[in-house]
Amino acid sequence: MQRISLAHGEGGELTHQLIQDIFIQSFGHSEQTQFDSAILAIPSQTIAVTTDSYVVKPIFFPGGNIGKLAITGTVNDLAVSGAIPHVITSGFIIEEGFPIKSLKEIVNTMAWEAERAGVNIIAGDTKVVEKGSVDGLFINTTGIGVMQKQHRLKPEAIREGDSVIISGTIGDHGVAILSARNELGLLTDVKSDCASLNHLIHELLEEIKGIRIMRDPTRGGLATALVELCEDFRITVEVDEASVPVRKDVQGACDILGYDPLYLANEGKVVIIVDSNDKQKALDILKNHEMGKDASVIGQITSCHIQSGKLLLKTAVGTTRRLNRLSGQLLPRIC
Amino acid sequence: MVNMELFSEPTLTRESVEAVIDLAKKFKKEKGRIPVFMEVCGSHTMALAKTGIKTRLKDYVHLIAGPGCPVCVTDQKSIDAMIQLSEESNTILCTFGDMMRVPGSKFTLMKAKTDGKDIRVVYSPLDSVKIAEENPDKEVIFLGIGFETTIPILALAVREATRKELKNYSIWMTTKLVEPVLRVLLSSGDVKLDGFLLPGQVSIVIGKQSYRYLAEEFDISGVITGFEPVQLLSGIYKLLHLLLEKRVKILNDYTYVVSDEGNVVAQNLIEEYLETHDEAWRGIGTIPKSGLVLKEQYALYDAKKKFKISIGEPRVTKCRCGEIVRGLITPEECVLFNKGCTPTHPIGPCMVSTEGTCAAHYHFMREV
Repeated sequence: MQRISLAHGEGGELTHQLIQDIFIQSFGHSEQTQFDSAILAIPSQTIAVTTDSYVVKPIFFPGGNIGKLAITGTVNDLAVSGAIPHVITSGFIIEEGFPIKSLKEIVNTMAWEAERAGVNIIAGDTKVVEKGSVDGLFINTTGIGVMQKQHRLKPEAIREGDSVIISGTIGDHGVAILSARNELGLLTDVKSDCASLNHLIHELLEEIKGIRIMRDPTRGGLATALVELCEDFRITVEVDEASVPVRKDVQGACDILGYDPLYLANEGKVVIIVDSNDKQKALDILKNHEMGKDASVIGQITSCHIQSGKLLLKTAVGTTRRLNRLSGQLLPRIC
Repeated sequence: MVNMELFSEPTLTRESVEAVIDLAKKFKKEKGRIPVFMEVCGSHTMALAKTGIKTRLKDYVHLIAGPGCPVCVTDQKSIDAMIQLSEESNTILCTFGDMMRVPGSKFTLMKAKTDGKDIRVVYSPLDSVKIAEENPDKEVIFLGIGFETTIPILALAVREATRKELKNYSIWMTTKLVEPVLRVLLSSGDVKLDGFLLPGQVSIVIGKQSYRYLAEEFDISGVITGFEPVQLLSGIYKLLHLLLEKRVKILNDYTYVVSDEGNVVAQNLIEEYLETHDEAWRGIGTIPKSGLVLKEQYALYDAKKKFKISIGEPRVTKCRCGEIVRGLITPEECVLFNKGCTPTHPIGPCMVSTEGTCAAHYHFMREV
């Protein structure tokens, strides 16, 4: 099997070959990339920029791989900000010995996902480091999107009674990764929800004027994303536990391991705060879409403009408890 | 097949809560006080807090967390020993995830791992046997904690290591048994109880009959119960009924997984490989014959015999986990709770484990 060697990162013939055979093959070579920098004509005064690094383990998991994650993660960060994703750059740090076949597969996935999302990969960088310096492959992506005036989010308009919607079941990615680490021995079917949501979000923003704010609940899960919203906008959100959609097998895995799906990572979900008059319309659009078919209204804003925002969870017995950020690292319980 | 979803159905849950409150009010009217029940198992503690049952019932039923979180009662010396063993260059330590953040005298296993020691989180002791097989030039040591639920799997791991003739595998045994600690709690008279919610998982192994001593010797009732809201409420309801009818009984409310005699295969495994031993409980002290160690013929797999290390006395802190696991104080009564001690920076083990009383309070009952 062909593997990456340190010489692939030396900037010489092998580097050239690697770029030609793998990256250019998949990403193409547009006019924008003829200089040391990609030269872009950005059709707007206001742009959105985001950057993220992907170090997922394992690199291949049910429902995707690190490359798919790198594109969808960056696309979704732009989309939930109300921007239309345009271009992405990608930096690769590759461990010496990494199989070239796997690299090709990852790069192809990235190209395919970028095409689906309608973004161009316009610049990149490749470094090869000694075995042991990184765990296989790390990818950094930076995305640039164009803000649409009519898509401007209006968090300042959040008011009591606004609805909170989640676009589908939570915790799928977290459980898929745990399962793929092959440490559980009991989970086989759960796939990561990893997906680009920009087209769905675009449709929502086009159709619904009452969308106040959106977030993609990735690391730290739905609970952490909502806690951040509560703190950033000084609001109280009350979530009804029974209405939060969780797949049975995800809940089962969580029960066994002592995890809470509210804190597990998602890579293809969006949480939306919307004027309650628009909630049904938003729900209809979401449910009409493959990536939003399990959408659900999970709660509402119960107070605004307070000193410190908080997230509350209404339990099945009718009590309310406060949810906080994920504390520390998720670790499995023992029995 | 039991439909587990039924047990967390919101309408049924709310009706069950009201039924429990009605009975508890009757008890208070008769006795002039609210009843006090102990949930022995850490998973029950977590479930009662997470579902909101503990908060909802606080004015009607006093629920006290007992000593059933295996992480919380693991002696600090065992953590110190594991950290010391990890410093040996040819060792791989394996442990359950919860143990990684439990503070030893100086630091945690997580810190030791960050410092480059080879410490691995596994989901089953059998995974550690596999690691030993794959690393014949390394000594693989498993930190064997847990109650009767986990103990049979430790015996299985030894059987597997024997079958594979591994010479590089051992377990640092620090297991705990439920009966001796309940006897100590009840004999001490420190905490007055009206009944026990008995642990579902442990009972699968030891069976309903093993709790007869509670009723016969200590005149106290117990109900074996599951972990879903309606199951927990049903257990509390039945304890209240017994109290009001002035009957003392051990009831099995988890019959679809717990039998009278328990899991005989698991019991035989324990019998074959292990024998009782005086065991140190964090915050409680040594309780005679309250743990299990490997029999002499399996000494090759006993890390305490294989590795001669000397461990000093653990560092003393203001942590009151010892009183918390005995049900003497609530987490809020500890001066460190939510100040010096949080899940991110735990000082005591009750704040570490997801089953720990302090962690349950911190996550689910703090500031409603």
